[in-house]
Amino acid sequence: MIDIIGLVKQFPGTARPAVDHLTLTIADGEVCVLIGPSGCGKTTTMRVINRMIEPDAGTVKVRGRDIFDIDPVSLRRSIGYVIQQVGLFPHWTIAENVATVPRLLGWKPAKIRTRTDELLTLVGMAPEIYRDRVPRELSGGQKQRVGVARALAADPPVMLMDEPFGALDPITRARLQGEFLNILRGLKKTIVFVTHDIDEAIRMGDRIAILKDGALVQYDTPERILAAPADSFVEAFVGADRALKRLSLIPVTSACEPWPGTPPPNTIAAEASLRDALARMLEADVDRLAVVDADERFVGALTLQAIRAHSADAAPVARIQRFP
Amino acid sequence: MLLVEAWQFIVAHPDRFFGALLTHVTLSAAALALATAIALPTGVWLAGTRRAASIAIATANVGRTLPSLAVLALVMPLLGTGFLPSLFALTLLALPPILLNSYTGIRQVEPEIVDAARGMGMTRGEIVRKVELPIATPVIFAGIRTAAVQVVSGAVLAAYIGGGGLGDFITAGIAMMALPQLLVGAIPATLLALGADQLFGRLQRALTPKGL
Repeated sequence: MIDIIGLVKQFPGTARPAVDHLTLTIADGEVCVLIGPSGCGKTTTMRVINRMIEPDAGTVKVRGRDIFDIDPVSLRRSIGYVIQQVGLFPHWTIAENVATVPRLLGWKPAKIRTRTDELLTLVGMAPEIYRDRVPRELSGGQKQRVGVARALAADPPVMLMDEPFGALDPITRARLQGEFLNILRGLKKTIVFVTHDIDEAIRMGDRIAILKDGALVQYDTPERILAAPADSFVEAFVGADRALKRLSLIPVTSACEPWPGTPPPNTIAAEASLRDALARMLEADVDRLAVVDADERFVGALTLQAIRAHSADAAPVARIQRFP
Repeated sequence: MLLVEAWQFIVAHPDRFFGALLTHVTLSAAALALATAIALPTGVWLAGTRRAASIAIATANVGRTLPSLAVLALVMPLLGTGFLPSLFALTLLALPPILLNSYTGIRQVEPEIVDAARGMGMTRGEIVRKVELPIATPVIFAGIRTAAVQVVSGAVLAAYIGGGGLGDFITAGIAMMALPQLLVGAIPATLLALGADQLFGRLQRALTPKGL
């Protein structure tokens, strides 16, 4: 668990604090996305957690321990760190890059080698092909795979990721988002993820913290942020298509109804989202679809009315408390 | 004809020739080693500072434009003549290129690489040793290479302040209008400078990590 308590940071020569009395609790094993327009304090907040930036006031506790009681160097070795430009060491091989923290920690060479191969495999880079290559021989997407493997090397419970997919083309970005979501969820890491891309936040986050001028505007699950934006700023920030974004988070199965008669002719996979289903309906010009499971068995029907009902049941959300 | 006479001079005076050659090489090597020992750490240190750097780099840039002979001439009234004043002057001559390239080499390491190193828990010393210095190696070695050529060539002028070396033959040759003797100094001095350039060029390539 990460507790950020009353954090304040003002950089010299700036008119207002970059982070202004921010309080935020991140649960173990959750992906917390910090998002907001540039200058909202999201990166500053993240960089306080591994003491790359020293705040003016407030504190951070990682698993109950005040980070300011821990030597910055050993603190950083215990927290995974991934940045947008990756920052691989160009003079080291891929294996040496992945082994950065284990080598700093003085692991035995045999253990380092096993771990390096294991991680390269995990991020989809065959060790026997890539182990001895150097960073300049890799594509942008491959570099970031290595960047994530490097951050995971010493198995840190907490990972900080600063726009890790921001420099990639949209196709590579979408692929890596999907892959890393599975990897990181599987490893049960607590992740602080900074982005300015709301679609990425919705896709990656268990919870999204929307920041503005160094303060927290709304902190909630993606579903709730889309269903009930705390104010007009959040509403504008999530965009006019928030109804559609919301549908993309709801699986077909949650709106699927038992269907006694003949199944509708057009089908949709059970693991698809309501957004996919809606697109399918518009495409086929129908108002109902047969929901089928992985073995093509009919499990029920999905109607346009059911989708409507799900997009409209936005429960009102109390405004989150602003801390003084 | 001149070359034959020059060769005969060497054969006739092997002790004088090899003595001068040894002095030349010793003087150059010592000056280069001293200058590297001073300028490399200073350049690396300056790269991590802001205010001190601009003053030091401006000074080094001025230093680089000083003619070799002027440096030697300036040293003589202060330190007198002989091997040590020559060594001092040549060291002074070698400082600017090594200092400037060390500084530039470290400064041009991409900030995100340093940020990643720091974020993963490298100490300042580890960042310098494991990341910045290896990445800056080609640039630093280019500086040492420039300095080596300058020092080997400049050492010819050490003869003017009694430093010895191959320059002795050149000054004597000029004074006595003895062209063969002049060549005994000039040709080996030229070959030494070319050799130094080659040697450090090879070293530079050999020491550059393969990923760069």
